Amino acid sequence: MNEVARAKALSLTERARRAAAVAAAHADDVDAAGRFPREAVDAMKAERLLGIQVPAYLGGEGASTAEIAEVCSILGQACSASAMVFAMHQIKASSLVSHGEGAPWHEGYMRRMAADQLLLASATTEGGIGGNLRNSICAIEVDGDICRLTKDATVISYATEADAILITSRARADSAPSDQVMTVFEKGQYTLEKTHHWDTLGMRGTRSDGFIFKGEAPAEQILPKPFAEIAAQSMLANSHILWSGVWFGIASDAFARAQAFVRAAARKSPGSVPPGALRLAEASNLLQLVKSNILAALQQYDAAQKDETKLSSMGFAVAMNNVKIASSQTILEIINHCLLICGIMGYKNGTPYSLGRHLRDAHSAQLMISNDRILGNTSTMLLVNKQDTSLLG
Amino acid sequence: MVTRIRELLAKHGALPVSVETLSDTADLYEAGLSSFASVQLMLALEDAFNVEFPEHLLNRKSFASIAAIRDAVASLTGEAVA
Repeated sequence: MNEVARAKALSLTERARRAAAVAAAHADDVDAAGRFPREAVDAMKAERLLGIQVPAYLGGEGASTAEIAEVCSILGQACSASAMVFAMHQIKASSLVSHGEGAPWHEGYMRRMAADQLLLASATTEGGIGGNLRNSICAIEVDGDICRLTKDATVISYATEADAILITSRARADSAPSDQVMTVFEKGQYTLEKTHHWDTLGMRGTRSDGFIFKGEAPAEQILPKPFAEIAAQSMLANSHILWSGVWFGIASDAFARAQAFVRAAARKSPGSVPPGALRLAEASNLLQLVKSNILAALQQYDAAQKDETKLSSMGFAVAMNNVKIASSQTILEIINHCLLICGIMGYKNGTPYSLGRHLRDAHSAQLMISNDRILGNTSTMLLVNKQDTSLLG
Repeated sequence: MVTRIRELLAKHGALPVSVETLSDTADLYEAGLSSFASVQLMLALEDAFNVEFPEHLLNRKSFASIAAIRDAVASLTGEAVA
């Protein structure tokens, strides 16, 4: 738990709170207009939050996953779309930090990323792969020192706002669909032709439009490790933990609104406990469950960090999958409780107790990498993997 | 043992290429072994060699090549690898 304690002590949380205040001020407008949270991302840059994960020797702060998850949660309490953009950026950064060290181009890029607070996007989904990001149809073409790629990317979140896109493809034209690489393409090295418009129930500010991506760049920008290893060793844990951090933030803010509602009701009728109070106690229990689950995952990830075999093991993948399933389902229960507590004041937009945006945004949790797909994947692994039955690991 | 492993890989590996074209050290993931197929292969190996894969062998490395599978199975059966 040392990492978590350290995260709490650092002024990083103060910087995150300042950025969150900006995000909160624009959250309703970002949601209503379905626009990129420009002010919030500018504030993240001003607070130098985009480069925190880059190792100190490359000009960053070497922030741990626990510290980044805390920032995700703080932002999530203010504006879920801004928080999700930050989380997705940090997931891409983790691919670079975990697998780009030692590669001169990627080290140079990380240095620039920290210095200039560059925003990273990613393109892992593709038309025709059925949502399985561990499969690619498109293949990168290496021609001497140059690589070229065309991809029918059905989703690239905040693509037009990003400074670079990390994109997956098959390693060669004759590679199997699962034999993939990841390449960093910088703005100016690609064109984007919009194919799908992002008009959704929630998370409207992530601007997850679809594009035909066409890029050409020096071949040294291909990450030196197979994408399978990047996915297993950094992306899986970072995605599930950082997303969960965002979702915990959304649920926490919903809880704070419900608690404020109950307290206001209690002040109005002294001597009696308002009817919503009991439900608030239930929501508190669920919120603590989500928090404990994320903290346990952080501890497990921290312990596995220096052990590639452990990071690639089925037991670890099952545990991370379970964290995602649990937090994505439980936050809906929490927010639903909060909505029942706040009643019509929560249902209405524009009150201090409004929960519509929280509820809509939270519904994305079980869809971004569909829980059914994750459960299917876990169930395959459980054919051979034994469930961890020890309490302390 | 390698012959038997090759048979099981051909049957359960769902590889887009023929197993005969792969050397013992060829990267099976590069050849197209999916995580689903690797689990099916593990189950078949457990059955064929009457072993159970413990947690520390349930990772990508153990199934990265025919030689790696041979080493993993041998470590469980106590058989000499040669």
